[in-house]
Amino acid sequence: MLDFATLKVIWWLLLGVLLIGFAIMDGFDLGVVMLLPFLGRNDSERRIIINTVGPVWEGNQVWLILGGGAIFAAWPALYATSFSGFYPAMLLVLAALIIRPMGITVRSKMPEERWRSIWDWALFISGLVPALVFGVAMCNLLEGVPFSFDSEMRASYAFGLFHLLNPFALLSGLLSIAMLSTHGALYLAIKADEPVAGRARSVARSGALIWTAFYALAGIWLWRSGYGMIITGGAAPGGTPDPLTKSAALSAGAWLKNYQRWPTTMLLPALGLGAPLLVAAFSRIRHRYVAFALSSLGIVGVIGSVGVSLFPFLLPSSSYPASSLTIWDASSSHRTLGIMLIAVIVFLPIVLAYTSWVYYVIRGPVTAGQIQSNPDGNY
Amino acid sequence: MTDPTLLELSRLQFAMTAMYHFLFVPLTLGLSVLLAIMESVFVMTGRTIWRDMTKFWGTLFGINFAMGVATGITMEFQFGTNWAYYSHYVGDIFGVPLAIEGLMAFFLEATFVGLFFFGWQRLSRLQHLIVTWLVAIGSNLSALWILIANAWMQNPVGAKFNPDSMRMELQSIGAVIFNPVAQSKFVHTVSAGYVTGAVFVLAISAWFLLKGRHTEFARRSATVAVSFGLASALSVVVLGDESGYTAGQDQKMKIAAIESMWHTEPAPASFMIFGLPDAANRTTNAQIKVPWLLGLIATRSLDKPVPGIFELVADTRIRIENGIPAYTALQSLRADPGNAAARTVLDSHVNDLGYALLLRRYVSNPAQATPAQIDRAAWSTVPSVGWLFWGFRIMVGLGLFFIGLFAYGFFELTRRRIDAQPRFLMLAFWSLPTPWIAAELGWLVAEYGRQPWAIVGVLPTFLAVSPIATTNVVLSLCGFALFYSVLAVIDVFLLVKYIRLGPTEPSRVVHA
Repeated sequence: MLDFATLKVIWWLLLGVLLIGFAIMDGFDLGVVMLLPFLGRNDSERRIIINTVGPVWEGNQVWLILGGGAIFAAWPALYATSFSGFYPAMLLVLAALIIRPMGITVRSKMPEERWRSIWDWALFISGLVPALVFGVAMCNLLEGVPFSFDSEMRASYAFGLFHLLNPFALLSGLLSIAMLSTHGALYLAIKADEPVAGRARSVARSGALIWTAFYALAGIWLWRSGYGMIITGGAAPGGTPDPLTKSAALSAGAWLKNYQRWPTTMLLPALGLGAPLLVAAFSRIRHRYVAFALSSLGIVGVIGSVGVSLFPFLLPSSSYPASSLTIWDASSSHRTLGIMLIAVIVFLPIVLAYTSWVYYVIRGPVTAGQIQSNPDGNY
Repeated sequence: MTDPTLLELSRLQFAMTAMYHFLFVPLTLGLSVLLAIMESVFVMTGRTIWRDMTKFWGTLFGINFAMGVATGITMEFQFGTNWAYYSHYVGDIFGVPLAIEGLMAFFLEATFVGLFFFGWQRLSRLQHLIVTWLVAIGSNLSALWILIANAWMQNPVGAKFNPDSMRMELQSIGAVIFNPVAQSKFVHTVSAGYVTGAVFVLAISAWFLLKGRHTEFARRSATVAVSFGLASALSVVVLGDESGYTAGQDQKMKIAAIESMWHTEPAPASFMIFGLPDAANRTTNAQIKVPWLLGLIATRSLDKPVPGIFELVADTRIRIENGIPAYTALQSLRADPGNAAARTVLDSHVNDLGYALLLRRYVSNPAQATPAQIDRAAWSTVPSVGWLFWGFRIMVGLGLFFIGLFAYGFFELTRRRIDAQPRFLMLAFWSLPTPWIAAELGWLVAEYGRQPWAIVGVLPTFLAVSPIATTNVVLSLCGFALFYSVLAVIDVFLLVKYIRLGPTEPSRVVHA
């Protein structure tokens, strides 16, 4: 079996893969429902929009469920501390994630205009809230959150919802909304019939520019703010995971040090910044698949750059740096990481294969005619 | 020490959201297989009425499935949000089946359920049939992995406490997967799901037949439901008995509470059909017993005794006393990991560490516990006898009722008279809620009966809870209650609407 330290790094990369998988696959669902009330100007157009994600949203949502399960199994201390520490935020996301399946399922099952209109706006909120909260959470990781552990690894937290909603984090939340709306619009440009697709292209162009601007702004903010933390001793990469055995300290600008250490990682912020600019260009000349691929790469860049900045931290504690969770001390046991890696190697390719087949089967744009001709199947 | 209000509210929220989630799960399990059976008949015979049946029941399946998915996310999040110490303490083991469930099962069912609805015109008959079977297989595999996780809470095998990481760690994944409790629980639970699906289809078909609507359609649906239901109902009771046997092995206290059996009886123990448990006086009044039966169920023998509550509490007291040195040694080790003497003590008492943790409810340092506190802690391991005693009996009664219902239906079917039996049809229709009552009571017995443990013998529930602000939990609990009530109303409203529309015109409203 691989040694413990290597497995921890592999699982850090897999955590990234799962979060990025969620942001790309479920992200366009979130973007699509956020745009629903604006791009669909009548009931038929709105049904087209919903049905572009109709056959796939259930599968996409599993990326989040798998992400949650994988964090539970591979990073139990991270799962425990972040989910309970961000309690009100997590509950908001949960509410949104319950509304969305319901909205998609029931919205078109009643003919009343008022019913459908209420669900359209409920769907809008169900896309907006997770996008906002995930963005806010990302930046709170960079800022660090105040928590500590006692000797039995029992956590205490000194922050509430409003602590999380600080200006830097809100900027990040808006970045996340711009990013996922752009991504969703690019999906609609492929999957929806005209005139929705045309409107989606123009939204994607503006959205991509806002995305670039916000990402640049967040980068400057991070640089100027001097957030950062370093491990000062005690954390053996191959050691038994126990956050309390190490020491750590705040260190101005430490979140940008990894890019000096490993210059190739500069590719990630470059993607986060450059890919949306190219998206704006390509969606103008109607290379829809290229534009969608670019926006997926942009998502890789944005999320990846947060991960690289924090490395090897996962959840820094601003009040008790020694309680911070790092990849060396917050993982599962050697055996569990190994077993989970085998499970991923066996099953993830199978998942990707049948998911691709499903997208192949439902290829082509959704039209008003299709919805009329397959009333049993459509939402 | 944990704030008792926080603990009770967190438990209430978990119980409420879990029981709510399980309103949808059994129907998904049962209907997915029934859909696959109906569509198989369509593909084999080419008769379109079977496709219409698949589509009609599929529409109801779809509404239910969305609710199941939506409420299932709550369950996965909730371990982290409300049971953070639990997640830290056992995530190394418990997280594994949950993650594998996502990878292996939930992806499968959720990816193909979209094609089930959208693929009718894009796939060949055989391809679509395969898709439907994959949804059914995915749902059932999903139940398998979740029940492996749940079974580990009842019978935590294949794991060991590690003082250096202050948590339980996986020793053998094989032991976790092939946990005997997991095996019997899985078969029992999916069979219960099949019964739920069968009663659902039978009850609605009975309603159509009573109204004289869609009779061809309803008769065929009822035929499938009755045959499938009879096999499943037999399996639930037989394998529920298997559950009883494994519970008897590993969870003696649960069996004793279900039986309200305060004292060990000489072998073979008798089974109490009726009684009035009196927890305050630790006795059961007005007992009516069947000789030998419990001994046979719980030990598969005539010579092994089934221990009573008093005897089990006495055993627990010994384990608590034995756990105290482990707890003290652990404190020394956390302060100084190099303390070899403490490590030796912990190693020799580690299996009873969880029992010492029970004392934390009454005293902050278990080493200073008085004999009275040890006694209280030992008695705290007795679950709520009245609830378990009656919950179990009603569940078993319903299980026997399902066998009778389906057996009679099957008998009538063989004589081709089912739609000429209005009394049977009325009974079938009014049976609609009963499988849900049985399923919820089953979980009540299993999980309320696990108390005061989160993980039996390892981690008490009161230590597992997230140390968050009580107001947060009050708000989320109220939010869930309100939100879930609204969803339930919408769900039932839509189901009733589509049932009333009937199979031939499920699309009428959607056209509008």
